[in-house]
Amino acid sequence: MSSIGIPARTTTFRKPSALPGFLPTFAFTIFYLSVVVLIPLAALVIRPWSLGVTGFIAAVTAPRVLAALELSFGAAAIAAVVNTVFGFIVAWVLVRYRFPFKRLIDALVDLPFALPTAVAGIALATLYSQKGWVGAPLSQLGLKIAYTPLGVVVALTFIGLPFVVRTLQPVLADLGLDAEEAAATLGATRFQTFRRVVLPALSPALLTGAALAFARAVGEYGSVIFIAGNLPMISEIAPLLIVIKLEQFDYAGAAAVGLVMLSASFLVLLALNAVQALMLARR
Amino acid sequence: MFQPRNAIEDPRIVRIGAVAIAALFIALNLVLPLLVVFSEALSSGLHAALEALKDPDAWSAIRLTLLVAAIAVPANLIFGLAASWAITKFDFMGKSLLVTLIDIPFSVSPVVSGLIYVLMFGMQGWLGPWLRDHDIRIIFALPGIVLATIFVTFPFVARELIPLMSDQGRDEEEAAVSLGASGLSTFWRVTLPNIKWGLLYGVLLCNARAMGEFGAVSVVSGHIRGLTNTMPLHVEVLYNDYQYVGAFVVASLLALLALVTLLVKSFLEWRYADEIAAAHRH
Repeated sequence: MSSIGIPARTTTFRKPSALPGFLPTFAFTIFYLSVVVLIPLAALVIRPWSLGVTGFIAAVTAPRVLAALELSFGAAAIAAVVNTVFGFIVAWVLVRYRFPFKRLIDALVDLPFALPTAVAGIALATLYSQKGWVGAPLSQLGLKIAYTPLGVVVALTFIGLPFVVRTLQPVLADLGLDAEEAAATLGATRFQTFRRVVLPALSPALLTGAALAFARAVGEYGSVIFIAGNLPMISEIAPLLIVIKLEQFDYAGAAAVGLVMLSASFLVLLALNAVQALMLARR
Repeated sequence: MFQPRNAIEDPRIVRIGAVAIAALFIALNLVLPLLVVFSEALSSGLHAALEALKDPDAWSAIRLTLLVAAIAVPANLIFGLAASWAITKFDFMGKSLLVTLIDIPFSVSPVVSGLIYVLMFGMQGWLGPWLRDHDIRIIFALPGIVLATIFVTFPFVARELIPLMSDQGRDEEEAAVSLGASGLSTFWRVTLPNIKWGLLYGVLLCNARAMGEFGAVSVVSGHIRGLTNTMPLHVEVLYNDYQYVGAFVVASLLALLALVTLLVKSFLEWRYADEIAAAHRH
């Protein structure tokens, strides 16, 4: 910061630079960010308190709200676990093995990012309905998926997969084979190597992928509402409840549920950072 | 193909099993839903599908979707360029906070993304009474749909460009400026050629999301047929009206857009891997 002999200025907002254009680009960035993101989000943080603290607590602890939050968080957690298991297998296969149509499968992993959620929603609802390609054989076995909480899990599993795969892939590719070779040389079986060498090295990435899939699934709307059936207390997700409250002009109630969801997803990401820091420190 | 090469190769049965499980999971979870869209669209024949496309409401939904993307994508493109120039070409206090703030919209539920604009501009929102007195409509009209779309696609271009431009450093720009080039011509002749593929990559993802967004737009649109229904909203309206062929025909247009996006994306990742940001996490 300071050259020799010149006393350092204690605080400078910006280091000097030869390049032009800082002020206009920085000012525009702050302006645009504030107008589009920060001020509207402030409205979300402030609005629920027009109910008063007790009113806010009453609004978010109403049985119907609690049931919706429980379903959104519970189904998102189950879907995240399913995606972590299968996402790991998909990522492992894509990084480590050679097989036909590998590039196609790799590209397909991103489909849930690219396919509009409403399209995924009606497709899944049709697929898993009692007359659908998957729903019909399952209903023969007495298993009903569409219009039940299970349908919510199915939809959240659909949208969550790429988060796990795309988080794991670069880490797996960078892992290198040295440690595994060393373990094999020292007489470890392949399974021991996997459990003691590979899995510990991957666990931060697995956790990150799972948390990202979870955070996305908690707030997911479009792919869920068609397959969920949307029965209050049973298969009604929290984002849908926000929409319903808005339609009844209960802005403060809608904002209260929205604020709880937003805080929860920030807490998940914060906890994730903390756990990752711990894992890195322990190594 | 499945021959072990050395001590750290997995047993053959594990490899075949893992590939089979992965392929089956992808087929069941991702490919089947995609196939259902096209199969349902054509379930009453090609003629019925084409008839469904002639619906004037479908056309106005397509026009609105294109219009919204034509406003939201350039807006976020300009923002992405400005933000990444300020962030990567200069050192200033609070930079990492700024980068974190730019990523916020990705961790906000789509419904909440729409809700925040209703809280601002809705009838009972902060600016609601003032807007009503001045006869300005934002919610249940085009401006609200555009705002919600801008919010959900906000980080795409910036988060692609920031790591890319930060890797490329400032030397070339500094050389150009010291040789007397103006700021704008430095940007056009030095920076832009270096980032063009990364920029295209960000715009591609931004556009796909802008045209496909459902939750956020659904909250602010009011679902007025032929007026404020974008394509994804029109899909919902038709589906809830039991007009399945029509719903799936519009849905297959969106699915085609998704497939083209994936194709171009894979091509860019393959052909210009060095010229787009190294870590691709969305």
